[in-house]
Amino acid sequence: MLSKSQAKVFFLGGTIVTFAIFLGLSWNSLSNEVPKRTHEENLTPQVISGKTIWEKNNCMGCHTIMGEGAYYAPELTKVYERRGEAYIKAALMSKTPWSPRGRKMVAYAMTEQEANDVVAFLKWIGEVDLNGFPAKPDLKK
Amino acid sequence: MKYKSQKVAYWFFALSMLLLSLQIVYGFIMAFAHMGYDVLHQITPFNTARAVHTNLLVVWLLSGFMGAAYYIIPEEAENELVSVKLAYIQLISLAVVGVVAIVGYHFNYWEGRKFLEIPRPLDWLVVVNVLTFLGIILVTLFKGKKRTTTSLVLTMGLVFAALLYLPGMIWFDNQTMDSFFRWWVVHLWVEGVWELIMGGILAFLLIKITGVDREVIEKWLYVIVGLTFISGILGTGHHYYYIGVGKAWLIIGGIFSALEPLAFLGMALFAIAMYRKGEKKHPNKIALSWTLGTAIVSFVGAGLLGLAHTLPGVNMYTHGTLVTAMHGHLAFWGAYGMIVLAFISYSMPNLTGRKFYDSTTGLLAFWLSNIGMVGMTVAFGVAGVAQVYLERKVGIEFGVVQQEIQVHFVILAACATLFTTGIGFYIYEFVKYGRPNDEALETISN
Repeated sequence: MLSKSQAKVFFLGGTIVTFAIFLGLSWNSLSNEVPKRTHEENLTPQVISGKTIWEKNNCMGCHTIMGEGAYYAPELTKVYERRGEAYIKAALMSKTPWSPRGRKMVAYAMTEQEANDVVAFLKWIGEVDLNGFPAKPDLKK
Repeated sequence: MKYKSQKVAYWFFALSMLLLSLQIVYGFIMAFAHMGYDVLHQITPFNTARAVHTNLLVVWLLSGFMGAAYYIIPEEAENELVSVKLAYIQLISLAVVGVVAIVGYHFNYWEGRKFLEIPRPLDWLVVVNVLTFLGIILVTLFKGKKRTTTSLVLTMGLVFAALLYLPGMIWFDNQTMDSFFRWWVVHLWVEGVWELIMGGILAFLLIKITGVDREVIEKWLYVIVGLTFISGILGTGHHYYYIGVGKAWLIIGGIFSALEPLAFLGMALFAIAMYRKGEKKHPNKIALSWTLGTAIVSFVGAGLLGLAHTLPGVNMYTHGTLVTAMHGHLAFWGAYGMIVLAFISYSMPNLTGRKFYDSTTGLLAFWLSNIGMVGMTVAFGVAGVAQVYLERKVGIEFGVVQQEIQVHFVILAACATLFTTGIGFYIYEFVKYGRPNDEALETISN
């Protein structure tokens, strides 16, 4: 039967081994995969400014991006491709709450410059290689 | 209670109760918004309600963990807390940081990073707060007569939780990097080190309630926390499927996160086996219900419902839908909400000397809150599965699908009302116990 000291070795040994593998895999992902898959060369000051505006307004508090966030408003990973620049800018610059189908978005009344930055960020996000996410609806007729 | 300084735990529990009540209020605001009644949009738009709801959850649980640690460590180390005054200062600063953050969320003072919305300047206050807390715990433990496995596992969980908060404070220009390290905090907390905290508290409760030999309980505690880390650390991969890193994570994340329920199954079997083995039947039936409850509900909520959508093929469609909310609610409730409530139920008679061991209100609180939460989970699940099929599989537009599934939020709100009634009874019972007092010292030794 397992003794307490054996159980302790199982805990400490298992933790150290799996954490070491985790660090190795993380290192590989961050140094080799992320720059290529996210097209890091396209991270312009405008894209970064868009990310800052995105965070400052907690857009993830309603929307998801790369599937992460809240489930009150649409997934935005491919929104640039789906809706286009003009639609996105209209929503961001609106002085009254944008409310498709009755569900209200905060009226951010962004300037043209701010809206352009967010669009640049969303365009960049749309080009990241996400292993096929979001999937194409396979039952669509 | 055995040590006067354990009384400080009461105030952390009181803060927990207050924040839990507020969390429920913001939950209702969101449920109504989902039903189409976003009436508070001007003051509390959805993203504010959401950030407040999830942050209050984290803070009330942390407050509960800290209270539990302040109660457990003196008893396990056989030493008074080294500074009660500092513990009270730490409590006040925790409350202040929480209140400032929540008020700030109403005025666009936040960072839009799910679960980590607290702005970075406030993060530094959190760091000071947690360091103070850990200082008190570690010095008490160091100066104590004994260092038991239970206290070491609990402390290790608390120290790792503090360390893992740091990667979340680094700024990244790249959203993928941001997300990658955000999960070091969020995932490695809730599917890693928080389980150590839960395991430590559970072991303490089982030792006290069942009277089973400490050596036996602590041996199995090592096995369970071992399973937790072995599956949970590499299980982080299930958050890396679709964020811009390589395909290896689909395999690693899939395999190891599928093993995560084993730790929770171990926890459930462990609690039930110790209860059956125990010869001493502790009179505190309510604490016993919550203790066995947390072990079982965490297995269902965190283990099984997590497994339901953790495999890459399924997650491709469920990722970022209400299916996640389904799993999230029962997981947090079962694993962390219930362990805090279990500990409060166990410690209140000892802190106050009043023995409401078997009260109807206490049992009603247990059953109504649990039935309510299971109902909420089912409502989220039905809405989530319908969303996945209509939106992700059939390709119907988001807004149209949301209108189709609105009705499920009526059921959600009804079940949430049941849940709230249960929590209302729990808080009524908490208030009825009154304040801790020195007369309770040694009147009940366990």
